[in-house]
Amino acid sequence: MPTTTSRDQGPDLHTPLNAAPLTHGQLPRRAPQSVFLAALVAGIALLLSGWNVAAAAIVAGFGYAVVVYAWSRAVEGPRKATDRLVTAVVTGAFLLALIPLISVVFTVISKGAPRFDDQFFTYSMRGVVGEGGGAYHAIMGTLIITGLAALISVPIGLLTAIYLVEYGRGKLARAITFFVDVMTGIPSIVAGLFAYALFALIFGPGVRMGIMGAVALSVLMIPVVVRSTEEMLKIVPNELREAAYALAVPKWRTIVKVVLPTALAGIATGVTLAVARVIGETAPLLVTVGITSSDNFNPFDGRMATLPVFSYYQYVTPGVPPDPALNRAWTAALTLIIIVMVLNLAARLISRLFAPKTRG
Amino acid sequence: MKRTTLGRALALPAAAALTFGLVACGSANEPSDSGGNGGGSGLSGTISGAGASSQDAAQQAWRAGFIEANPDVTVNYDPIGSGGGREQFVNGGSDFGGTDAYLDEEELAGANERCGQVVEVPTYVSPIAVIFNVEGVNELNLKPATIAKIFNQQITNWNDPAIAADNPGVQLPDKTITPVNRSDESGTTENFVEYLKATAPQDWPHEVSGDWPVAGGEAAQGTSGVVQAVSGGDGTIGYADASQARELSTAKVGVGGEFVQYSPEAAAKVLEVSERVEGRGDYSFAYDLARDTTEAGTYPIVLVSYGIACANYDDANKAELVKAYFNYMISEEGQQAAAESAGSAPISDALRQQIQPAVDAISSGS
Amino acid sequence: MPSSTERTRAHRAPQRPGDRVFAGLSTGAGVLILVVLAGVAAFLLTEAWPALVAPAEDIPGGEGVAIYIWPLLFGTLLSAFLALLIAAPLAVAIALFITHYAPRRIAQALGYLIDLLAAVPSIIYGLWGIAVLAPLSVEPSEWLAENLGFIPLFAGPATSTGRTMLVAVIVLAVMILPITSAVVREAFRQTPRLHEEASLALGATRWEMIRMAVLPFGRSSIIGASMLGLGRALGETMAVAIVLSVSGGVTFNLISSGNPKTIAANIALDFPESTGIAVNTLIASGLVLFAVTLLVNMAARAVINRRREFSGAN
Repeated sequence: MPTTTSRDQGPDLHTPLNAAPLTHGQLPRRAPQSVFLAALVAGIALLLSGWNVAAAAIVAGFGYAVVVYAWSRAVEGPRKATDRLVTAVVTGAFLLALIPLISVVFTVISKGAPRFDDQFFTYSMRGVVGEGGGAYHAIMGTLIITGLAALISVPIGLLTAIYLVEYGRGKLARAITFFVDVMTGIPSIVAGLFAYALFALIFGPGVRMGIMGAVALSVLMIPVVVRSTEEMLKIVPNELREAAYALAVPKWRTIVKVVLPTALAGIATGVTLAVARVIGETAPLLVTVGITSSDNFNPFDGRMATLPVFSYYQYVTPGVPPDPALNRAWTAALTLIIIVMVLNLAARLISRLFAPKTRG
Repeated sequence: MKRTTLGRALALPAAAALTFGLVACGSANEPSDSGGNGGGSGLSGTISGAGASSQDAAQQAWRAGFIEANPDVTVNYDPIGSGGGREQFVNGGSDFGGTDAYLDEEELAGANERCGQVVEVPTYVSPIAVIFNVEGVNELNLKPATIAKIFNQQITNWNDPAIAADNPGVQLPDKTITPVNRSDESGTTENFVEYLKATAPQDWPHEVSGDWPVAGGEAAQGTSGVVQAVSGGDGTIGYADASQARELSTAKVGVGGEFVQYSPEAAAKVLEVSERVEGRGDYSFAYDLARDTTEAGTYPIVLVSYGIACANYDDANKAELVKAYFNYMISEEGQQAAAESAGSAPISDALRQQIQPAVDAISSGS
Repeated sequence: MPSSTERTRAHRAPQRPGDRVFAGLSTGAGVLILVVLAGVAAFLLTEAWPALVAPAEDIPGGEGVAIYIWPLLFGTLLSAFLALLIAAPLAVAIALFITHYAPRRIAQALGYLIDLLAAVPSIIYGLWGIAVLAPLSVEPSEWLAENLGFIPLFAGPATSTGRTMLVAVIVLAVMILPITSAVVREAFRQTPRLHEEASLALGATRWEMIRMAVLPFGRSSIIGASMLGLGRALGETMAVAIVLSVSGGVTFNLISSGNPKTIAANIALDFPESTGIAVNTLIASGLVLFAVTLLVNMAARAVINRRREFSGAN
């Protein structure tokens, strides 16, 4: 529809300036909203006339995008129209992506709520058959093991990222970057088997310890910490570093006092993501930490319970009748999400408190 | 200076670990350490076992019952699977094991080396039900050959004459059969396939293993997955531990001239008509199940899971604990507890008398 | 803390002790990662070796390691790439929406929700797939089989339970969405404000600003985040094991009940009951997965390097 001049053609120097309008037409301020309302009404009408929800939503969404684009193109020109179309597409994609995610959360909350009670958080499964019982032992186990994994991986990951961004040149740096990426692809169960094989070499076969789980999780966690920290350090503007060097600040102090604080918000998010990535891992804990129904808070001695493994076994071998166990499984999952939520809040608080003000 | 800033970055996981670590003070239902002699039994300590996941629900019940009588004892059972359980037991990684298949020659030799002599007793007998979900059909009689053909995908429609022949008067719909099998390697599959192979060798040409041999069917993980798939689809049929069949219809299986519905008694009866495998030592009670039995009232599709232990432990306390625990497992009380919470079939008194000497043999020193 | 391996290099600035220690520590951390990875590789190789050299009939299936692993590899690649194909554009859209479209307050809350979802354990995604998504997919699958059956992907026959590759792919996509979009989001958020304001001041619409300032700036992060997601999808164990009905060989058909297995799920499904050479075979398949990840990352690296001029650091 080449009725209007495209901006790619460059300025048209031959037309006198006063021939081109200085202002474009503009859609009325409420235009997108009213089109949206119309689309909504149309969608509901389709729904009522017997279409299923998905089809009605798709048709309404497409209708909205097409109408807004055409209208805007007619009144405002192609650039504005494209902009509005992209806005519609991005928002639409966002909403589309949100549906399954919200559905997951809703499922977990609604199925986890029935057993979200005192007993769940104060009891272990020792001596419990059927109804009742709790996951206190598993909650503690998850916190201890994940905490240890973080304690191992965060320093290593952070330092590696610093090396890659600030120091690393040449073959070693390239090798590390590359193999960190490879490490993200280690299947979680392989990490578990590796940790098991490592400890079995030292302590003999059949060994089960919390720390083994922490090591296995670290193998999975380190690359995530490195990758996200590296990305964050990379986008710290070089001007900041150069300014510090120009003031004769040693490199390490520049890193510690300038680079890290600038990237802190991102790093905190990255670390939280990394924790989130491993806290729900089931397979590696299955083969390294095992399961117990009693309290064990010593990560250097024997089997420990963890929430994901607890949840898994409650689901897989529920007993008769299965419902109490299935409820416990869902509540354990819900608890896991809440723990991550708290961690997330803490990370946000930390980055809010310590990071220098840049952009929200 | 470096410390403080790095410290900040580390603060969140560390802080979380510490705060939660420090408040750790034990579950409300666990005995506090100071108590010590709360129970009257005098036994104390920890034993850990690993093995078949089929037994897990039963193990939970046994653990609970055992701990009630001996509050200072902790028993762990890691349901890592039969293969892993046998391997771990043989190389000394666990104090006792649970397995859906008895030890093979090599493992037996290894176990005897570890233990002096291995104690191997059936502790958990569970019927495997043929479950189906077909609208309008609540009862179904199936001959072994018919089951084999269905699962081998030779009979593909519910109104097949072979099915109709066994079910006079039942209105069978014109609907495709979707056979559901386990996607994971399992003792349940192995026992089911073994049954098909023994009773309908012409219609079941596949080898016996824990891996499902037929491609193209619906596959689901674990007993719960199969149950979910069967109840989720229409025209589905599958096999699962009877205890988890819940509201699904279960087929009656052809034995001899009649059709037998599964029941704990009918399942436990199989062990009585089966032969103990010879030449495995005094304390090994391994059975080759008589799948093709024609004995009336026997339900031949069962899973028998064994408990394995040593006749000779280095540690006297450990020996005592394992012995007490095994005694509880095979006791009438223990079997009843498992039946209630895991849906297993209690072993008969006759069998208990046979295997009691094996459990009594568990000791230390020599 | 890892032991320091000194690496002195010519610096224009004088080397201070603090610098040496710090450089040593960070280099050491990097080297430690290589050591761990070498350990994992060594473990995989030694454990896989017996299966690689064993006669074909000893391998489960009786036809050798390659025949055993190939369908698994195929399933792994198919599911992971399709999942990435769905997830990557959505992740970018989510990140864009949160950083540049949504009102600030809402954006924060949304970002928070999405971070949270990265933590949902994979079995939960699996259970959700089975309980919610699979039943929903039955009807569309039948429709696809009827109307688009000429495309091999939708050849049918349609499933009656919904435990199909299509559902597994969607579950995987949903699963890698949070972590992918979180990384992209952080990168978008760091776009220099001056660039954005400059392009807006020149009269660019929002989309033009995004296309010229934000996207080029975030390109390496988008690729990096996609790789992270792909890595997770390739190695996902529990969700696939729970959702997928794995009983077919190599097929592109997404909506029938016979689907190829994936390597990771197969390990999880068969490992507990395996002994002897079967375990070695499973670990050999793990080794293959490891190699695939290696290749994928090499390719991604090559792409990023070719476009280095767009990357954020300078």
